Amino acid sequence: MIKYTLRRLFSLIPVMFIVSIIVFMIVHLTPGNPATLILGEESTKESVAQLEKQLGLDKPLLVQFFYWLKNILMGDFGQSVYSSEPVLRIILNHIGPTFSLTIFALILILLIAIPTAIFVVWKRNSLLDPLFISVTLLGVSIPEFWFAILLVLGFAVTFPIFPVAGYAAFGDGVLNWIYHLFLPAFVLAAVEIGLVARMLRDGMLEAVNQDYIRTARAKGVKESIVLMKHVFSNALIPTTTVIATIVAGLMGGTVIIETIFTIPGIGQLLIDSIYRRDYPVIQGVILFIAAIYVLVNLFVDLLYTFLDPRIRYD
Amino acid sequence: MFKKKRNLLALGVLLLVTVATITASLWLVQSPTYIDSHQRLLGPSAKHWFGTDHFGRDIFSRVIVAARVSLFIGVVVAVISTIVGTVIGLLSGYYKKADFIVMRIIDGMLAFPALLLALALVAALGGNITNIIIALTFAFFPVVSRVVRSAVLQIRNIQYIEAAKTTGVSDPVILFQYILPNVLSPIIVQGTFIFAKAILAEAALSFLGVGVNPTTPTWGNMLQEAQVYITIAPWFSIFPGVAIVLTVLALNVLGDGLRDAFDPHAPAKRKKRTSMVSNGEQKIA
Repeated sequence: MIKYTLRRLFSLIPVMFIVSIIVFMIVHLTPGNPATLILGEESTKESVAQLEKQLGLDKPLLVQFFYWLKNILMGDFGQSVYSSEPVLRIILNHIGPTFSLTIFALILILLIAIPTAIFVVWKRNSLLDPLFISVTLLGVSIPEFWFAILLVLGFAVTFPIFPVAGYAAFGDGVLNWIYHLFLPAFVLAAVEIGLVARMLRDGMLEAVNQDYIRTARAKGVKESIVLMKHVFSNALIPTTTVIATIVAGLMGGTVIIETIFTIPGIGQLLIDSIYRRDYPVIQGVILFIAAIYVLVNLFVDLLYTFLDPRIRYD
Repeated sequence: MFKKKRNLLALGVLLLVTVATITASLWLVQSPTYIDSHQRLLGPSAKHWFGTDHFGRDIFSRVIVAARVSLFIGVVVAVISTIVGTVIGLLSGYYKKADFIVMRIIDGMLAFPALLLALALVAALGGNITNIIIALTFAFFPVVSRVVRSAVLQIRNIQYIEAAKTTGVSDPVILFQYILPNVLSPIIVQGTFIFAKAILAEAALSFLGVGVNPTTPTWGNMLQEAQVYITIAPWFSIFPGVAIVLTVLALNVLGDGLRDAFDPHAPAKRKKRTSMVSNGEQKIA
């Protein structure tokens, strides 16, 4: 297990290297001079030259890349062109709301998806199953932002149960936190609920006809206990692998949800920075998200091998 | 697979949307661009089925015309990313030496949530239809190459491939005539899902204001314009959204149906295993 863990950790190096190349290239893909682009067309030659020097744009591309990479490895993500603050500090200032939102959504996903999947498998020979499939398909077909708008129209405007937008930190009181985050977290969770419930249902249906389940039934174990203890616990292991997919979906989704509900998280920061052409911040946020995603993936992989020792990728 | 009503319905919806979009100029009564300042933000009526927008333009006509751009982007992204992904997956699954490096690059690309990668690329390249297609292709082809590679790895050591190699069949022929037909089903399924995802992603990018130029109607652009008027003109937001949901849902249903039809281990069929043995061939066809 330790050897496997070390090897997986080691394999992160090439992945993160590629990630950093892609993030670095974002600035250099822009048509024209990045410095002019940041400062605007009316800027003077001197200020452009100064910014070029500040960003290191006057050196060869390869030199720029390694210089940039070295700084990042030392925790220096550069400076915001917009506010001159260090990028890392800006990101850390915005991480709280995004973290809150993601955790809230994750809790909703687990609370709704698991009981739904069990219930559907329990009633597997009824009309519930095709209905369930249709609903999950509908879930992945609705644009998140449109669903958010509809929910705001329904539960914030027509029936003002929740606020239209805004954010309250967890420290400002749990109820206040739930009050502000419920709608955005629910929208964010909606798509993933379908995916997770579907994965669980598929896994459980796969297990339902296995020999050991038949043995359990033949012993006279109650159907509810068979489902919970034998079928569910075995379907849970492959489902852990979707956690990585969920996190990716949530992170992509937060960008849109935070914009609609004006939650000051890193998603909102990213969109604002795109409008401001604040490339150091854009790069920082994207790199940050990719790093988190890679780490979550690693964690899930390790968890998976830990839970199911039959799987060791040798 | 078309014995199932659901799949047939999905195909019908897609055909209807496609035909309606292509022939739009022949039968649309209201102009999608005609501005009538006396008819602003009117609710649905016999004259304006979906109501009018903030410039008094007919929303029904605009939804139909917008479909052209949204579907075009979806199709092109699906086709290009499937082709690129397939070629990379084939080569990487077949040539062990290339595999390591190529897969590390793919891993790196997969480390970004697809929408974020597309967002970053569009932010850098600038928002127009070509750049959105490029950005979305980059976001979606890595998954295809992963899927194709693992399919190739499963069959590359089967005897008929070995036999072909020893009889001196050239590599390109083995790759494209011996291996490709056998990995085609997951590719088609992936392509369908990417079509659906690309439509959603384009809408999201345009909604965020970094996508297609706002003067060109797309479903995402319309929803962005409509957001301000959500309380006074909800139909402005509802109809373009319904168009997206219907189209994407139809694609997802089709993809799901194709996957079940191609996959002999699909859980849904387990129950009918005995009957499957006799007509299994028919189902796949």
